[in-house]
Amino acid sequence: MSGSVIVVTSGKGGVGKTTATASIGAALAMMGPSVVLIDADIGLRNLDLVLGLEGRIFHNLVDVVDGAVDAHKALIRHKDIKNLSLLPAAQSRDKTAVTPESMKAIADELKSSFDYVIIDCPAGIEQGFKNAVAGAEKAVVVTTPEMSAVRDADRIIGMLEHEGIADPWLIINRIRFDMVKKHDMLDVNDVLEHLKIELLGVIPDDEAIIVATNKGIPVVMDEKSKAGRAFRDVAARIMGEDVPMAAAAEEEDWFTRIIRWFARARG
Amino acid sequence: MDFLQRLFGRLEGPSSRDTAKNRLRLVLVQDRATLSPGLMEQLKTDLIEVITRYLDIDESNMRVEFDNSDASVAIVASIPVREVKRSSGAGAR
Repeated sequence: MSGSVIVVTSGKGGVGKTTATASIGAALAMMGPSVVLIDADIGLRNLDLVLGLEGRIFHNLVDVVDGAVDAHKALIRHKDIKNLSLLPAAQSRDKTAVTPESMKAIADELKSSFDYVIIDCPAGIEQGFKNAVAGAEKAVVVTTPEMSAVRDADRIIGMLEHEGIADPWLIINRIRFDMVKKHDMLDVNDVLEHLKIELLGVIPDDEAIIVATNKGIPVVMDEKSKAGRAFRDVAARIMGEDVPMAAAAEEEDWFTRIIRWFARARG
Repeated sequence: MDFLQRLFGRLEGPSSRDTAKNRLRLVLVQDRATLSPGLMEQLKTDLIEVITRYLDIDESNMRVEFDNSDASVAIVASIPVREVKRSSGAGAR
């Protein structure tokens, strides 16, 4: 078996990379495939918190790189989602403890026993980025509809290409359709027009994300959350399903929605 | 208020979204041009090749830059001319 290795990256920090990694990983695992998440943000470990696994860490990525422990032994299994595992980052070391070669070796080893290996890339464009993308075949670029995030995403897309990862997918995170409607926020097409890469998902700004992170429960397990649903759609698209961009429906006004409701009731 | 704005269009000029779109466009053009290694150098070399067919120029003091004043991006070249070649030579390749 040979799974796919996907890196989740953004350039700019604070756009929701770690939440996206956790959500996509959890959603994929809930749909059946086996998933391992690698936290490549050495020294700033956070993926464990978002997944609610912070109390169960014994080994980490740097222990594996150092050869102190086997990659499979260092994995922590998620308590509710059985086929989801995490390889946590080291908290006491820094990015120089890892090299692109060692990351690639670990990703290659893990993809022989998992369907998806998903790497959470640190912010920035230096060593940490180069480490995180080394073993990846595909990339997800996360941005928000803000100028600074889009600019950094543009930079990252160029750097991914330079690293041999062409045609990355784009996730536009934390969009507020009420602001888009008032012409006070860039909309999906504005961002796509500039970045010109394939859109994988649009995630609405949703308080449920904060609540889910507080509890350490992946938001995709929340049936009612709009962001959770959008991330489940993203996972389905990664698996090759043709899911329409549901978030676009949010932009419709009540009149269009009523017409659609009638059309559906009749059909 | 919102409703009125939508009905009558915006009175107070471009929306912040339009401003963002435009600023983003300009900054990305600049970023991409300055970041792609060799693009400016290649452009300069090609410019020199074309212009020297017609003019004798001072290559060492030539400047090529992006300029984004007003809401557009322009490429501005400043090329000191030493001498204009005779018209008989202008067509020579």
